Amino acid sequence: MQKYRVEKKSTLWRESKNVRVAMLYLLPSIVLFSIFLFYPMLRTIYLSFFLTDAQGTAALFVGLENYIYILQSSQFQKSMMSTFLFVLYTVPTGVILALFLAVLANEKMKVIGLFRTLFSSTLGMSVAASSVIWLFLFHPTVGILNSFLGLFGINSIPWLLDPTWALISIAITTVWMNTGFSFLILLGGLQNIDRHLYESARIDGAGYFYRLFRITLPMLSPTMFFIITITFINSFQSFGQVDILTRGGPAESTNLIVYSIYQDAFINYQFGTASAQAVILFAIVFLLTLIQFKFGEKKVHYQ
Amino acid sequence: MKIFTASFRYFLLIASSFVLFFPIVYAFLVSFMTGPEVLSRSLIPSQLFIENYERVFRTVPLLQYITNSFVVSTAVMIGQLIVCSMAAFVFAFIPFKGRNVIFILFVSTLMIPWEAAMIPNFLTVQSFGWLNSYLSLTVPFFALAFGTFLLRQHFKTIPHELYEAAQVEGLNRFQFFYKVVIPYSKTSLVTLGIYGFLTTWNMYLWPLLVTTNDSKRTVQIGLKQLQTVEVATEWGVVMAGVVIVIIPTLLLLFIGQKQLQKGLTEGAIK
Repeated sequence: MQKYRVEKKSTLWRESKNVRVAMLYLLPSIVLFSIFLFYPMLRTIYLSFFLTDAQGTAALFVGLENYIYILQSSQFQKSMMSTFLFVLYTVPTGVILALFLAVLANEKMKVIGLFRTLFSSTLGMSVAASSVIWLFLFHPTVGILNSFLGLFGINSIPWLLDPTWALISIAITTVWMNTGFSFLILLGGLQNIDRHLYESARIDGAGYFYRLFRITLPMLSPTMFFIITITFINSFQSFGQVDILTRGGPAESTNLIVYSIYQDAFINYQFGTASAQAVILFAIVFLLTLIQFKFGEKKVHYQ
Repeated sequence: MKIFTASFRYFLLIASSFVLFFPIVYAFLVSFMTGPEVLSRSLIPSQLFIENYERVFRTVPLLQYITNSFVVSTAVMIGQLIVCSMAAFVFAFIPFKGRNVIFILFVSTLMIPWEAAMIPNFLTVQSFGWLNSYLSLTVPFFALAFGTFLLRQHFKTIPHELYEAAQVEGLNRFQFFYKVVIPYSKTSLVTLGIYGFLTTWNMYLWPLLVTTNDSKRTVQIGLKQLQTVEVATEWGVVMAGVVIVIIPTLLLLFIGQKQLQKGLTEGAIK
């Protein structure tokens, strides 16, 4: 970081030149962050203490009652339970799948570029398009997934109709959608590992799995940690796949937290309780990001 | 032995690509099937039945939606490039007291999930009279902490001698910014551009909230609409819609994949 020595006759005005210029460059970002991120966040917290009318204006201060109400409501408890189950289904599966693909595609081989492109393709797929495709694959009469299972003598699965399966179906769709991004980042992490490490290991006669578990995975740990956090955060924020595949059903089994917020706010006009749920979502994501910064930073330095 | 491991690896690569890419290929195939073919769960269409594509455009104003999405995605992309590169320039080149505090303020925005702020944001754009307008779909997304960091990383690799040389040449700071820094950082600007376009094109929840009629609705919401209108009868038509929606982003991804991977890795890891 360089320092500027201003000439002897420097006045306060001249000294502050950097600040003024910097502020000019930062102004758009600061204004936009304030209007669309900081203010709404404070407003969400504020609204969570009020009963609101249908226009979203705070009408009656109720303190923590919104929180007490949602924490006691079986609907919210169910929503939290589904969200946690959903995270449990998607995070380990997604990360392991992406890691498997990245390790597979990291070798220097012919046409490997084509495979890398195919593996990362879901990054270009929107939530809406992906969900519509999977809705079709899961369909009870035209869905090809069940006919495929039938080839192996497996009975038809009621994908979106049974509460347990519906959550699994949403999880499958989500893992598929996230694979492209996770794969791309993990592949990048793998390619950043110093080649010399492998060469010296090979000279020492280390086998494939020794190299995988003693060099690749430890050196990849910061990237892994990053991907795990991102996948966690993404899972908590899932919305589109729920809206298109199940609309929260059957029997509210897929009413994940963001969908629950959406329903409370924009369908039932309960902005107060919706805001309380949004604050809870914020707390979860905030915590996860904080953990990522704390531990992620350390590990990067370690490397 | 070596041939064995190589062919085993190819086998795994091909099998995984098949599993992962199948839904996309199948959507493409179904978009050329007639109704009865879909109902009989065929895998391959017997002919190229392009009527599905014609019907998509007749069922929903898809052309309007595509135009909307292009306008919105391009505007966000350009807006992000301008706003983020300006902020990144400060964090890389203009030192001042309190810069770290502002930097931490920027970092803190990463901890706020957009969904947690959406209720007041909806009320805000409503009070601005921005519902069903391009403004609500673009302006809130111009500032982006991720983009600022990505560009800052790259700006910092610019040798300081270049800055001094520019000052000797008599360039002022703004000239240095757009004559030296911007051209020098073309690669990371392209990365951020692709990323911004992709994410905006694929946005779902926010356009669902702020658009209520066809004039500004984006393709993603159009897809949901198409699926609700057509679902019971014509899956071929719905899949034709899907194909039209995914082609621009898939193309962009295939063309910019190497670039995007490099840029994202740098932004994520370093």
